[in-house]
Formats: sequence, C-alpha cells, structure tokens
Amino acid sequence: MSDSDLAPEDTQMTERTPFQWFLAGASLIASIPALILMTAHVGFAGFASENGVSMLQATFMVASIWALPANIVLIGAISGGYSIVATAIAVGLSSIRLMPMVAAFIPEVRGPKTRKRALLPIAHFIAITAWVVGMEKLKHVPRDMRLIFFAGLGITLTTVNTLVVAMVYWLSASFPPLVFAALFFLTPMYFLASLWGSAHDRSVHVAMVSGLLLFPLIHTIVPAYDLLLTGFAGGLVTMAYVRFAAMRSRSS
Amino acid sequence: MTWQSYSDWWWPYVFILLAGAFPTYIWRFIGVFIGGRVSEDSEALTVVRAVATSLVAGVIAQLILYPSGALAESSVYLRVGAALAGFLAYLYLGRRVIIGVVVGEAILIAGLLL
Repeated sequence: MSDSDLAPEDTQMTERTPFQWFLAGASLIASIPALILMTAHVGFAGFASENGVSMLQATFMVASIWALPANIVLIGAISGGYSIVATAIAVGLSSIRLMPMVAAFIPEVRGPKTRKRALLPIAHFIAITAWVVGMEKLKHVPRDMRLIFFAGLGITLTTVNTLVVAMVYWLSASFPPLVFAALFFLTPMYFLASLWGSAHDRSVHVAMVSGLLLFPLIHTIVPAYDLLLTGFAGGLVTMAYVRFAAMRSRSS
Repeated sequence: MTWQSYSDWWWPYVFILLAGAFPTYIWRFIGVFIGGRVSEDSEALTVVRAVATSLVAGVIAQLILYPSGALAESSVYLRVGAALAGFLAYLYLGRRVIIGVVVGEAILIAGLLL
C-alpha cells in the first residue's frame, strides 16, 4: 500500500465526477490497512462478548464512537462497574489524541470552499487507520475532491467494521490464541511502516521516532497520561529539530 | 449511575452515547476548529502534525510494549525484535508496507511456535 494505487495526478483523474471520487475513497476498503482494521475489530468483538456486551450494543459502540481504544476503555469501565461520569472521563482521556490528529488532518482534507458545517460530520470518521491512510493518499487527490474522497473512505470503513463485529457475534467465531496474537500484532506493524511512508517531510520522521522512544519512558513515570505527554514531548523534540535544521541551513 | 442502573433496553445505548460517543466526538469537534485556523505550510501546522504523529507513534509503542489479550502472553523481546526487523525490512527492501508487515509477522509467529 505504500505505493499509491491511484494514478498520478496528470492522467484523466481530474475528469472524475464527485461520485466517482467518493467511490475511489470507498474502494480503499479492499486495501491492506482496511483489512488489518477489520482483523482488529474481530478481536474487539471477541473482547466485547467476553465482557457480556450484546451484539447490538457492540455494533452501536463501533458506529457511534469509531475509535477502537475508546471502545476498549469503555468496555473495561463497564465491566469494572464505573459510574457514567467516571466512564466518560476515562473514555475522554483516551480520546484526547483525536484533537491534534483532527487538527492536523483538516488542512489536508479541506478544499478551497469547504465549510465547517461539512467538516464536522466528516470528523467523526477520523481515527487512526483513516488518518494514516488519508495522510498518505489525499496528496494525490485534487483539492476540491478531497473531502468527498475521504467521506467515501471513512463512511465505508466505519460501516464495514460495524458489520464485521456483528458477523463475529453471529458466527460466534473463535480462534486459537496464536491466531489472535498474530492478528493483534498486525495493527502496530502496519502503522509502523505506513506512518513512516505518510511523511511529508523529515519533521514527521523525527516526531515518529521521538514518540516511539519517549513512550516507554513516559509510561513508567506517568502511566495515566502517557499518550498525551508523549505527544507533547515528541512535538517539542520535533520543533527543536526543525529550528535547529533551519538555523544550520541559514548559517551554511 | 452505572451500566446496570436501569434494566430498560435503552439504558445501555444512552450510556454508550453519554460516556463513549460524546467524550470522544468532543475532541474531534475541537480539532476541526483548531485545524480550521492553521493554514497549510505554517509553522503551527508543523507543530500540530508533530504532536499528532508522536501521539500515534505512542499508540504503536503501547500496542507493542503493553498489549492486551492474546499477545500479552508473549515475550516483550520477541515483539520488539519482530517489530524492529519488520520496520528495517520495510525501510531497506523497497519501502513497501506489505513487506514490513509480512517480515514482522513471520518473526513473531516463528517465535511463538518455538
């Protein structure tokens, strides 16, 4: 998937209608990242049913929340007997990362005339997989078609994975632990390679490596805010690098 | 009020909306407004992108170092080694994501079977 399956911008691409762009986004459901996300949802369905969550409740969670870590925290809180307020706080903390992710994504996805009103519903579909794929693919899509392209991708990903969860319940599918272990490993392995490939410039590589190295350190010191602080610390390291690189290129 | 406070069929769905969907979407909502104010090629966008990328990298590290479920039983050295080998294979064997995933998975499965 690192090499775009979209044709380069100078071929007949610009002649596609908005609906064809929607379909082009939707067709990414047949890509490796989408398949990996589906396997992650197979694992989630197993986790949900183990914790006494019904099929309808689990599918409702996937469609209405659309962030796998938030779903896992939610089920953890439910089985821990948390109050609704304590659950909301736990889920909210696990979802803060979506704020900088969405903020960084908006300038990529908006067209010259896109309004906030159109961006707000689309923001629901931004989660890690859609973010990584979008960052990689959107630069090959004409600006005014990006939002519709991402709508096709996001809506299809959400719908299909909601159905995947229902299907696992329906089949009451279960696998040996080795298969689950291999499935769970797909997600980090895929993100590792594709996040590197999505970079516009070196600053993203610096941010990625700092995040990977800082996380275990921060996790041992402040486990409750590990992800958030990793984001800030990684951001600081990256900006220090950007300033340093700019200074060096000016002096030479 | 907890998940089991009311036995009505609708209560779990209200619970999911209030304690799951709302506290998640609110951050996306704020993100749209912040993202609407930063222009492309500005330094602000580089900052936001760096923070977001480090966060996603943190999630990756979390999934590898502190996994839940079936993967939690395996050795951390095996997981880190498999991830590192997969990433190096991605970098040096033509930058194809699929190669990184296959190499990483192959080493993990081999290690689990041994």
